[in-house]
Amino acid sequence: MRKTASIAATLTLLGALTACGGGEAEADGPITLRMTTWSANPAHVELFNSIAAGYKQTHPDVTVSFEALPLENYTTTVTTQIAGGKAPDMAWILEGAAPDFVTSGALTPLDDTIENTADLATTATALWKQDGKLMAYPFSTSPFGVFVNTDLLKKAGQTLPTGAEWTWDNAVAVASATAAKTGKQGLVVRDFDYKEWTNLATVFRGWSAEAWTADGKTCGFDQQPMVDAMTFLHQATFTKKALPAPGVSADFFAGESAMTIAQISRASLLKEGGFGWALVPLPAGPAGDYSVIGQGGLGVLKKGKHAAAAQDFVKFFTSPANSEKLAQFFPPPRRSQLNAATLAKANPLLKPAQLQDVVIDGIENGVVKPSHTGSAEINQAVRSALDPLWKPGADVATVLKGVCTSISPLLAK
Amino acid sequence: MTAVMERAAPEAARSARSFWTLRRRDQLTAYVFITPALLGAAAFVFLPLVLVVWYSLHEWNVLADTFDFVGADNYQRLLDDPNMPSVLRATAFFSVGLVVFNLALALLLAVLLNQKLRGTTFFRVLFFSPVVVSLLAWTIVWGFLLRDNGILSFGPNWLRSGSTALVSVVVVQVFKNVGLNMVLFLAALQGVPQELYEAARTDGAGPWTIFRRITLPLISPTILLTSIITVVGSLQVFAQISVLTQGGPGTSTTVLVYYLYQQAFQFHAFGYGATLSVLLFLIVLALTVLQWQMRKRWVFHEH
Repeated sequence: MRKTASIAATLTLLGALTACGGGEAEADGPITLRMTTWSANPAHVELFNSIAAGYKQTHPDVTVSFEALPLENYTTTVTTQIAGGKAPDMAWILEGAAPDFVTSGALTPLDDTIENTADLATTATALWKQDGKLMAYPFSTSPFGVFVNTDLLKKAGQTLPTGAEWTWDNAVAVASATAAKTGKQGLVVRDFDYKEWTNLATVFRGWSAEAWTADGKTCGFDQQPMVDAMTFLHQATFTKKALPAPGVSADFFAGESAMTIAQISRASLLKEGGFGWALVPLPAGPAGDYSVIGQGGLGVLKKGKHAAAAQDFVKFFTSPANSEKLAQFFPPPRRSQLNAATLAKANPLLKPAQLQDVVIDGIENGVVKPSHTGSAEINQAVRSALDPLWKPGADVATVLKGVCTSISPLLAK
Repeated sequence: MTAVMERAAPEAARSARSFWTLRRRDQLTAYVFITPALLGAAAFVFLPLVLVVWYSLHEWNVLADTFDFVGADNYQRLLDDPNMPSVLRATAFFSVGLVVFNLALALLLAVLLNQKLRGTTFFRVLFFSPVVVSLLAWTIVWGFLLRDNGILSFGPNWLRSGSTALVSVVVVQVFKNVGLNMVLFLAALQGVPQELYEAARTDGAGPWTIFRRITLPLISPTILLTSIITVVGSLQVFAQISVLTQGGPGTSTTVLVYYLYQQAFQFHAFGYGATLSVLLFLIVLALTVLQWQMRKRWVFHEH
């Protein structure tokens, strides 16, 4: 008798389990949408959760969870999830991986989803379109600027060059002197760490150098502008000691360096009552003023379980009202919001002049960091071919020729 | 007619009885008992193995959601891959370095800690403790130590220089696992009968001769065991490379497993990644068979 009861109980349990499994696929039951992001920053997460809570008021059946994945392996983790049949419903996409995602057909078009697409800046959407269709929404179009620790500069008796004096030569001189006098590091290209070379675009663009031509077919590393830019960078690192050497860690936001090149969304890492700081545009290079932007797209995956529901949430997430809130960290692609007044409301940390110089002008004239189809393999090839450069006395031109030898077959693919 | 049927029935019963002999019953019972384990092995060992071979015959693009049969293309690509020589070289260097360094150090520590002295227990615990530390935590801490402004920043730039990066990874891995082999060696050393030592000393043998002629031969089964475990483990090194060097500088620390990971998970070439794992499987299989064969030549009680 006891045996029969336990079998019955087991069967009921199994039935309940399968019912749960089946119910999840139905559209009208309670569902959970999952969005993968690369930001575990508490301030960002709080904002996302508050937007999701707002959505739940009108859609009580829909819960949205945000899964923050480490940036280093972000794209790898997302593709592994897709391969394993556990695709997220929505995913942030890094600009480097944009061509792969946009051209592969993994995403659903969003033209009919996003409100007032005419308002989106064309420079912001260029990377995210396939055959005229918007495959992902560039929720963040974030220019790189230079954060400066003014306390450290003062301690070293240095002043921050302004106006026409704000050039790469002067920036390196100040960074070098501050590093020498304070024992801290000078200028950190954030997240580069001698691996993520695409972040060096924030430097070599000042020489008008490019990793490859706009059509993606011809390698640019062996061209004169790149040789000049990398020679400058090499000297700044190994002769003038203005940049941390390979294998040296330094976090600007922990007060360990005089300057850092980073996106403005990093402003949220500055602590109140911490050191004095300034935010200025990238220094002018020999080729004049320039600006580099990093982008993040938001896409709906076809293989997610609830693509339609996910599209509806993306519509809400990217609406003009929420876009204004997101502007606090992620400069929006909406032209109507790209003005100092709107951005100042969302960015109490930044002064209107900083917003105008770094953000608005930056987006208008900015060039997106290098991207290409098959970017993971190309980036890996560039990284390992560039490694011989990162030691004193390296032959810059020869190393850069080697980069082209190793990536040209990949660019041609 | 009826007589024939009457006779046929008991005959069938008798043949059935003779089929279910005691031996056959025992066999059936045994198979029933091992079925759960066999099913487990089939589901979690053989099936993945077959699937990997199956994937290696395909081009699988996760993003575009395509899965096309390409026959032996991936194996041809393996033969033509310009990175293969450097990957295999790094793998061989890593494995040989790890096995030699690990076994030598483990044996040395075991012999030292086998002395009847005060405090040996403390040192046994000390050298064994890294084995129970999480591999990732261990590796990350070593990553900090080896940074150019880390505690061990004297000498070369350990992880960023082509000539020291692989050696550094080997050392980090040896310190992590040497305790396990040390304990195995200690157990083996304590299993060597004391009377053999006494007899040898009576015959006038010195410490080195005793070690070479008595200790080494008697612990040779353990040397075989530890070397198989260490070789197989060394070929599967991944987390250490991923945390410490990401395969660089250049491709100097790109060992086979890390290359496989890059191809499959970073470059989305799952088919080629599967091909590389078939190669890894064959290498591990061949080495294990080779070591198993060699036991006949140098392990004392296996004739």
